[in-house]
Amino acid sequence: MDYEAVIGLETHVQLKTRSKMWCGCANEFGAPPNTNVCPVCLGLPGVLPVANDEALRLTTLTGLLLNCTVPRHAKFDRKNYFYPDVPKNYQITQYDMPSTKDGYVDFEFEGRIARVRITRAHLEEDVGKNFHFERNSGVDFNRAGVPLMEIVSEPDIFSAEMAYTYLNALKDILIFGVVSDCDMEKGMVRCDVNVSVRPKGQKELGAKIEIKNMNTFSGVRRAVDYEIPRQIEELKKGRKLTQETRRWDDAAGVTDVMRSKEYAHDYRYFPEPDLMPFEPSDEWLAHVRKRVVELPLARKQRFMTSYSLPAPDAETFVNDRPLADYFEKAAKGAPNAKAVANWLINNLRAKLTESQMSLDMVRIQPEHFQELIGLVDSGKISTKIAQDVFSEMFENGQPPAAIVQQKGLAQVSDTGAIEKLCDEVIAANPKSAADFRAGKAAALNFLKGQVMKASQGKANPNIVGEILERKLK
Amino acid sequence: MLNQLTISELRTKLSKRAASAKEVTQACLDQIKRVDPQVRAFLSVDETDAIAQAEAADRAIAAGLPQPLLGIPIAIKDVLAVKGQPLQCGSKILDKFISPYDATSIAKLRKAGAILFGRLNMDEFAMGSSTENSAFGHTRNPWDLDRVPGGSSGGSSAAVAADECIASLGSDTGGSIRQPAALCGVVGVKPTYGRVSRFGLVAFASSLDQIGPFTKDVRDAAILTRVLAGHDPLDSTSIPEPVPDYTADLKGEIRGLRLGLPKEYFIGGMDKEVSAAVQTAVKHLESLGAQVQEISLPHTDYAVATYYIVATAEASANLARFDGIRYGIRVEGADPNELYMKTRGAGFGAEVKRRIILGTYVLSSGYYDAYYLRAQKVRTLIRQDFLKAFEKVDAIVTPTSPTPAFKAGEKSDDPLQMYLSDIFTISCNLAGISGISVPCGFTSSPKLPIGLQLLGKPFGEGTLFRIAHAYEQSTNWHKEKPEWITKLS
Repeated sequence: MDYEAVIGLETHVQLKTRSKMWCGCANEFGAPPNTNVCPVCLGLPGVLPVANDEALRLTTLTGLLLNCTVPRHAKFDRKNYFYPDVPKNYQITQYDMPSTKDGYVDFEFEGRIARVRITRAHLEEDVGKNFHFERNSGVDFNRAGVPLMEIVSEPDIFSAEMAYTYLNALKDILIFGVVSDCDMEKGMVRCDVNVSVRPKGQKELGAKIEIKNMNTFSGVRRAVDYEIPRQIEELKKGRKLTQETRRWDDAAGVTDVMRSKEYAHDYRYFPEPDLMPFEPSDEWLAHVRKRVVELPLARKQRFMTSYSLPAPDAETFVNDRPLADYFEKAAKGAPNAKAVANWLINNLRAKLTESQMSLDMVRIQPEHFQELIGLVDSGKISTKIAQDVFSEMFENGQPPAAIVQQKGLAQVSDTGAIEKLCDEVIAANPKSAADFRAGKAAALNFLKGQVMKASQGKANPNIVGEILERKLK
Repeated sequence: MLNQLTISELRTKLSKRAASAKEVTQACLDQIKRVDPQVRAFLSVDETDAIAQAEAADRAIAAGLPQPLLGIPIAIKDVLAVKGQPLQCGSKILDKFISPYDATSIAKLRKAGAILFGRLNMDEFAMGSSTENSAFGHTRNPWDLDRVPGGSSGGSSAAVAADECIASLGSDTGGSIRQPAALCGVVGVKPTYGRVSRFGLVAFASSLDQIGPFTKDVRDAAILTRVLAGHDPLDSTSIPEPVPDYTADLKGEIRGLRLGLPKEYFIGGMDKEVSAAVQTAVKHLESLGAQVQEISLPHTDYAVATYYIVATAEASANLARFDGIRYGIRVEGADPNELYMKTRGAGFGAEVKRRIILGTYVLSSGYYDAYYLRAQKVRTLIRQDFLKAFEKVDAIVTPTSPTPAFKAGEKSDDPLQMYLSDIFTISCNLAGISGISVPCGFTSSPKLPIGLQLLGKPFGEGTLFRIAHAYEQSTNWHKEKPEWITKLS
């Protein structure tokens, strides 16, 4: 019998806000333990939470980016469980009325556009971090109360690779929307995976098995790659799978049982009485809508269709937002946007790397690239001279035509002058002339090079070739 | 004696320099030394700090500062955070905990010039109706030391009744201000939910808790409520409703005001003398020109049950933070779970444990709908009862407590009997409306105070003060003091 896997993901993302979710403490990674704390995020007796409006906005923005609906009534709830890193021993989250729900993410997968439906994206608070020392343990509460968004997908994922691609697409969207920095090393993105398998063609889902403790996207990929065959193997042995939570052991590359269904937590959710329900106004929503940005996939498709760029170029621009914005200015109305893309991707980026500069320091006006391309296309300058003109543009920000004019770099197309140079070169290189006449075609290139050299690169190489060939016939 | 005076009397004396804030404070501290060994209202008093505040107040008075509470010593229930002072909520679990911050209500009193002193005894985490649930001993009723002062703010009511302070703060979740005020013969106010910031009030039941004052007369209650009220950006449930000058309307004039008597509140089981005193008070209000009519609050019977589901559910989460990890006592264990169990087992008293277990139960999967969700629906019905009634009347009149102060130990083994002593006060919190208790008489033998409860619309405190003040000014109940206290003073 053939089996198939059904996978859903719960992705936790720290939001890019200045302060924490319920208090004014800094939302900052890497500070010394327990320095970004106050009575509120330490859960001291008597304190109350006040919702961070920017976190609410970023959650709604995420919902819009993920094609979710934004209910006009959302609320917070308490999720009760005891753990030393949870200061209040309940986490404030959104249980049955989240800020956003019912969306989807489209992304490229195996040469087509895949869609994973989003159940919900809701807002909650992060917890502290436990540290275990030789003789005792400690808790750092700097992270406690950092705004955390949970994005829950529908079970629309069928393989480890698809889970991996989905996570990367999600990450790109969140970075594009300036919702989160998604820095994995700082723990800004964490996810849990639900994996089940079933005989192909069966409608009902198999037993849901949750895997926790993956710290990287590739960890997720490995864990799923381990888990699917493990479950299939169990079923093949005639065993029955039951709902359980497993822990991914990254070093060993295996999953182990954490707790079975009988020991599942009863979180005793109930509405958070310290916070009013959240009912966004039209004005508030309009403000958030203004922050909606073009998503990576849409952007790529637009660059391919509007500018007739090949996929790799479009991807380069999707991944390098500033360069893409610069490109859009540079390519505006260009008959040959690909040429502009070439200049930016091949030349400008190299120059930036070489001079360790960022794009905002560049002095070239975006529209000057079209001017430069025009000079080459019209035969005014050679592609070689164009390189020198570009270097000059990069140095002082002057328009290319002015540089060509000033430096006398205009290509010489005056046949009289070129004829003279050709005669001199033929006279000075009788052996090469003879070789060419004897049928050695390569000799012409040498002579051509000599003429170009004599013209200091300004002679139009096409004309030089024509004249030399005529004279040597 | 200065400690026997009211805020308004003292403000006059202080501004005329007929007394100093230091003398007033010293008079309170002396009174505590005289009577508190019997009353046991205070858990602790930082005398040095109180005197330092009084000296600062005297300098401010000399500088002519006009703050409304300048130089007035006000004592604080052990449930409110005062920076640098112990905050234990009458519980062992918060042993040695010193608050690093001020509650908003405390900050407001400070800004108004008050001298904040003392930690007043209470039922542990405000759970109780007799102040017998404190981990630090019972507070006694100044009118009869064998009896309870009510609760949970029993320390706050007893201290005012015994003239150990000029006024005090308490908290009211199901009657914890009004019931002890009634049992000790003082004025107690439960403001509308959202009227006073809860920031810095250690939560028992977040959707029911409100901070309010205990005072010697209604005018003082109006003065203090005005200082405490107002929106606080640190409390999302505080409401940005303007705060009126409540004292401006205290003219003794209530002609034409409509009062409702809920028929469900005047049924069997009530103490005869309480019932008679309340009926006399109603007649008296009528004689002052109020129009009295019978009203109905049909869901009254369900209030106690609803309350003990909603309040305990919230409490089970609110009290989860007392775990021995970050502050308070810790009893070590082999793993976190054992540490939690041992710490909470040793730190909490029986009533607190009972309510945490109840609250955990009603929120448990499979029971949530039958208990918590249903209780929330009933709560809505109870609120609608009141809002409907307030279409017909300006305030509702009831007894505050079905009985006068009962004997210590009389109900402490019977939680249900204890819960029923809040039967008239609980609905007010469930409905989120305003309430006040004022003295309306005494039982004959022993002589024990009886309280009259007035319930008002949301943000209807002004009307309550007006009625209570008119009643009080034409009676003299509030001026009576326990004999032994007067003798000792």
